[in-house]
Amino acid sequence: MSRELLYGWGLTAPGNCELRTVYDEAQVLDQLSKTTHTIARGLGRSYGDPAQVSGGVVLNNRGLCEIGRISDEGVVTVGAGASIDELLQLSIPLGWFVPVTAGTRQITIGGAIAADVHGKNHHVDGSFANHVLSMRLVTPTGAHTISPNSQPELFWGTVGAMGLTGVITEATIQMTPITTDSVLVDTDRYSNLEGVMTAMFEGDANYRYSVAWVDCMTKGKNMGRAILTRGDHAGVDQVTKPTLVGPQPPKISVPFMPPSGLLNRASVRLFNEAWFRVAPQHREKEVQSLSTFFHPLDGVSNWNRMYGKRGFLQYQFAVSDDHSETVVNAIKRLSESGVASFLAVLKRFGAGNASPLSFPIPGWTLALDLPIGSPRLPGILDELDDMVVAAGGRLYFAKDSRLSPEKAQVMYPRLGEFRTLKNRIDPEHKLTSDLARRLRLVGE
Amino acid sequence: MENAFGQPQNVVVLGGSSDIARAITRKLCAARTSNVVLAGRSQKALDAAGDEAKDYGATTVSTVLFDAEQPENAAKTIDEAFAAAGEPVDLVIIAVGLLGKQEEDENDPEATWRMAAVNYAWPVTALAQLRKLMVAQGHGRILVISSVASVRVRRTMYNYGAAKAGLDRFAFGFSQGLEGTGVKMQILRPGYVRTKMIAGLKEAPFTTGPNEVADYVMRGIANDSTIIWSPPILRYVFFILRHLPNSLWRAVMDRT
Ligand SMILES: Cc1cc2nc3c(=O)[nH]c(=O)nc-3n(C[C@H](O)[C@H](O)[C@H](O)COP(=O)(O)OP(=O)(O)OC[C@H]3O[C@@H](n4cnc5c(N)ncnc54)[C@H](O)[C@@H]3O)c2cc1C
Ligand SMILES: NC(=O)c1ccc[n+]([C@@H]2O[C@H](COP(=O)([O-])OP(=O)(O)OC[C@H]3O[C@@H](n4cnc5c(N)ncnc54)[C@H](OP(=O)(O)O)[C@@H]3O)[C@@H](O)[C@H]2O)c1
Repeated sequence: MSRELLYGWGLTAPGNCELRTVYDEAQVLDQLSKTTHTIARGLGRSYGDPAQVSGGVVLNNRGLCEIGRISDEGVVTVGAGASIDELLQLSIPLGWFVPVTAGTRQITIGGAIAADVHGKNHHVDGSFANHVLSMRLVTPTGAHTISPNSQPELFWGTVGAMGLTGVITEATIQMTPITTDSVLVDTDRYSNLEGVMTAMFEGDANYRYSVAWVDCMTKGKNMGRAILTRGDHAGVDQVTKPTLVGPQPPKISVPFMPPSGLLNRASVRLFNEAWFRVAPQHREKEVQSLSTFFHPLDGVSNWNRMYGKRGFLQYQFAVSDDHSETVVNAIKRLSESGVASFLAVLKRFGAGNASPLSFPIPGWTLALDLPIGSPRLPGILDELDDMVVAAGGRLYFAKDSRLSPEKAQVMYPRLGEFRTLKNRIDPEHKLTSDLARRLRLVGE
Repeated sequence: MENAFGQPQNVVVLGGSSDIARAITRKLCAARTSNVVLAGRSQKALDAAGDEAKDYGATTVSTVLFDAEQPENAAKTIDEAFAAAGEPVDLVIIAVGLLGKQEEDENDPEATWRMAAVNYAWPVTALAQLRKLMVAQGHGRILVISSVASVRVRRTMYNYGAAKAGLDRFAFGFSQGLEGTGVKMQILRPGYVRTKMIAGLKEAPFTTGPNEVADYVMRGIANDSTIIWSPPILRYVFFILRHLPNSLWRAVMDRT
């Protein structure tokens, strides 16, 4: 038990909290009965402030780390504090992959459900919670086993709710069968945004996994130039030496914080340029490891420190196909403004699920990292918010660190439904976070 | 809550009618600030500042009355202001200040005491109570308005300068004691600012308007600077002035 400064992956807006590790359901129940302001925390890979509550008690879920036996059908019960990395260490050698993974393996199962994370396969497989068969949730009013059939309201109300309904202690998940630890990847380079968006719209359905890296700093006819990578798990007969080996630990680490400003317009532009030069115009069926394809950034630990002590943020929004022009306009606004941004991630979303607060809606999602520092950035992002609102789109709570409460209400029209549930299972609003306070998610 | 850019939602202004504080409050409300508590000695002046905050986007404004000549009540005022905020406070601005009239005040013990009370005793008493409440909150920022007059005390306003020097040094020590608490202290050192405080005085070099000060404050908040100079060049100007031999210093400063 200790008081310490907690913040998200973006290293912004720290809050001093009491951090307590919980090891079983009874401890969670006990903590919820004793405290007035509390929230669960996983590996802190959310960018902003959802896994902290300043002045309150933060329950570190990493003590809930047991991983059960994987059944012949690929069903496994996992502690909410186990990470995707730890699960993959065990499951890949047995021929199972997680049904959905984020761009990093260093997230917990609790965090994956609370944010309802999406991967490169959303257009085919949906988000993480679509593969959760049941889970155990501890609320201030008691512990519940919930599934889409038994308690649909509480199950879907917990999905995407950023920990505000209670603490998930374990979840039973349907894994995806694999026969090798390789992915067959097709890569294509596009000289502008229209080209890549057309290719994704028309061709993504042929691939299980798809993602494009878009340059948001180049103006003019090459605006939005992109590298599209798409692939599927490789079968045993598609690689020369099929293996099933779990992920390796990171080899490099950023040992200290360089001064803020190291990642500026010039250095980032240089990086983006190099990235494009290296990518092939067109390459088919390249064999890549699961880690290279899914988690390229996990090779360097603490890479967020590269942004210096002022930190950074990620801006991620989703809009429907009827509003694809919002993607174009957003990239145009960013490239004209000249703010430094590494390649943005562009993805297609398939159908959403029943959760009132889950982020994905069918259409497009764009995500980009931006260093804090430019005095114009707050205003530019407020403008982008307006564009997203006008398009009926939304921002992702797991990435947000600066949205206004008014716009959050508009982006999530089913917030009222969530609040009704919240008042029922947590009438004293014991579960709260700096994110919930900032966006006024739980109401008055 | 404060966001990733340091933009606060809930703000308490001690000296809510101050022209500098009003300029800062307008900028904050135009960004994310929705809930403002204005504390001061004149209800009428606070109401006017409150209307202005609403024009710029505040949705809730409350007021608290206090008199800075009674430092013994400072803690109570802080409690009232935090209760009025109703939510964790993200930013507290201490803008209370009194310039006085050196030549009239210097033979007047009561006036001299008043200068010390308003410019030093009240603010530091308030700070002690703020520390208690904000450290418990686990987050928040305090902006203390000091002055370049605190850097080296002048013959022509030594009551004011000495009290500000005390406050400035106190705030600096205070900021070091906050490490790891989630609470931040920032010290604003403006040069002359065109406000009612200096109305009638001769305009000195590097004088700015309150809106410019507010811009430097926004930048200073975003950068977490412990000391915010306004305008920034005064940092260097005062570095030189501070090291001048006394005769030169007086030759320069006694005339302005
Ligand atoms: C490099 C990188 C790449 C990423 N890529 C993607 C991506 O491709 N797709 C995507 O969707 N997201 C992505 N993310 C975001 C990340 O997947 C989510 O923020 C995820 O929630 C982080 O999990 P965590 O364990 O670190 O949770 P934390 O960040 O610690 O917490 C996140 C939320 O989960 C809640 N929570 C945690 N544990 C529990 C529990 N046991 N019970 C109830 N609530 C709990 C917390 O209260 C908080 O609201 C990425 C993040 C990074 C840093
Ligand atoms: N203007 C400058 O050139 C300059 C330069 C450097 C630093 N500063 C500092 O900046 C801060 C704000 O000053 P300003 O320029 O905005 O001038 P201002 O408008 O006169 O502000 C001073 C504030 O202090 C309040 N105050 C004074 N005595 C008080 C008392 N006994 N009880 C309660 N409140 C009292 C005033 O209230 P009323 O409105 O009711 O009088 C006013 O809100 C002050 O700390 C000042 O020292 C000013």
